[in-house]
Amino acid sequence: MPLPIDTVRLHETPEGVDLALRVAGPAPRAIAYLLDVVVRLALLLVVLPLAAFSGFGTGLILLALFGLEWLYPVVFEVRSGATPGKRIMGLMVVHDDGTPVRVASSLIRNLLRTVDFLPILYGVGLVSMLVDRDFRRLGDLAAGTLVVYADAPPAKPTISRVAPQPPPAGLPFEAQQAILAFAERGHAVSDARRIELAEILAGGVGRQGEAAVAQVNAWAAWLARGAPDGRG
Amino acid sequence: MKQDAFEAAASPIWTNYRAMLDALENSRQRRAHVPTFTTFPHLHRRLCSDYALARSRRYSPGLIAELEVLVRRGHRQLYRRRSAPLRSVLDFMARRFPRTLRRHSAVVWIAAALFFLPMIGMGIAVHQDADLVYSLLDAEQVAELESLYDPARQTPGRAGERQADTDVAMFGFYVMNNVGIGFRTFAGGLILGLGSLVILLVNGLSIGAVAGHLTRLDYGATFWPFVSGHGPYELTAIAICGAAGLLLGQALLAPGQRSRLAALRANARDAVILVGGAAVLLVFAAVIEAFWSAGPAPSALKYSVGVLGWVLVAIYLTLAGRAGDDAP
Repeated sequence: MPLPIDTVRLHETPEGVDLALRVAGPAPRAIAYLLDVVVRLALLLVVLPLAAFSGFGTGLILLALFGLEWLYPVVFEVRSGATPGKRIMGLMVVHDDGTPVRVASSLIRNLLRTVDFLPILYGVGLVSMLVDRDFRRLGDLAAGTLVVYADAPPAKPTISRVAPQPPPAGLPFEAQQAILAFAERGHAVSDARRIELAEILAGGVGRQGEAAVAQVNAWAAWLARGAPDGRG
Repeated sequence: MKQDAFEAAASPIWTNYRAMLDALENSRQRRAHVPTFTTFPHLHRRLCSDYALARSRRYSPGLIAELEVLVRRGHRQLYRRRSAPLRSVLDFMARRFPRTLRRHSAVVWIAAALFFLPMIGMGIAVHQDADLVYSLLDAEQVAELESLYDPARQTPGRAGERQADTDVAMFGFYVMNNVGIGFRTFAGGLILGLGSLVILLVNGLSIGAVAGHLTRLDYGATFWPFVSGHGPYELTAIAICGAAGLLLGQALLAPGQRSRLAALRANARDAVILVGGAAVLLVFAAVIEAFWSAGPAPSALKYSVGVLGWVLVAIYLTLAGRAGDDAP
């Protein structure tokens, strides 16, 4: 079966269901990295006043520099799956089986960052991400980790309560899903686009304009709730 | 079964499950909740089955996506591995690190040879030939080095006037610098092992050149007592980091029966254990270097501590956790 052109990677769990992992590309990850640079600089500014304590303070600042350079991503990834920058961008780091990243994997991917950064500004990492199907840089390849989009906020759309009408018989699965998706998310697009989409779905039965929208919504209501008298 | 009826029948279970997830994902609450959620695995399987049903019965994409998010969150919680941090750190240093090291003893010996043989060779050569040191270091660096270890100065060591206060500053510097070098030595191994190779050779040659040059100038009486204390841990750790890097290179150059990616993954698992152990050794070396090496103790005592250090390192790396060496 040819692989779909999509960023969704399916991982089958021991329970026998497919988990969808939506891998993140170079652009959001680069922005997350820049945000992390800002956070690191801010943390550095917080400890800089320690310089007032001469040698002792200098020692602590140097330790902080070491921590910010090497341990900052590891600490955040192991604690909550994402650095502050990644969290803002809605990303998180997981193993390629969808489980939370652990210390060893996080250390591997973050220590090998040194090589991904070569020759300048993540040149090697970018090439690796563009070549690999799952946008993995070399550190991710060695650690077996993926950077994926964290869960979307659970805002389940509802299908409007219109009078249901049975759709044409023998509707293929994809068409049924398209009708239901239209009913759930159609209100998010402009009127003109909604009508255009509805005419594609209901054009087969000769509906045009707003009538097509109403027809598709009625079919969706039948698919989700069944006939009004309880048959279905 | 139509979607509405399905949702109405199952939603109390989903609500219950979602409440458990919210509590488990909250790092402050989870410790209290983990023991009480005995039904969580059962509920997770129920959610998985509901999700599979929703897909096979062709319910709406919105419902499928909602269930999928719940299953994914539950998967993360159920298959999260838990460990006691302090105990696992102790277990790591007492058993896993030395065992992993012995399992890869061939690579460790190669890395040690790449580091120590050039060091000794360069040391002897520089001791014999006064000009050779300038092939590695420029005149300014050599002059600075000479002034640091000049016996005419009262306080030997890298910094001039050292007090307890500057000791902490030097500790911070040694940690940042040395552990950073260790980490880079490891990461360089991803470039077909070449990065680690170069860092090992260059560091070995430089250290040898410095030691040979200072001994030739009869500055040895200030140099050797200073480095003898932390040398055993620092030099061993750098060699181990190099070995970790060579493991990465080996996976890419000679993956054996596995694919290169699979070999890289497997070797990286072990290599990161070596790097972690070496980092702990480097921090220990930094403590000694900052608070003992520049201290006022007599040279004889410092040499004794140095010899003791080598013995301890050898005993630790060969014997620690040896009872379980046959275990995978």
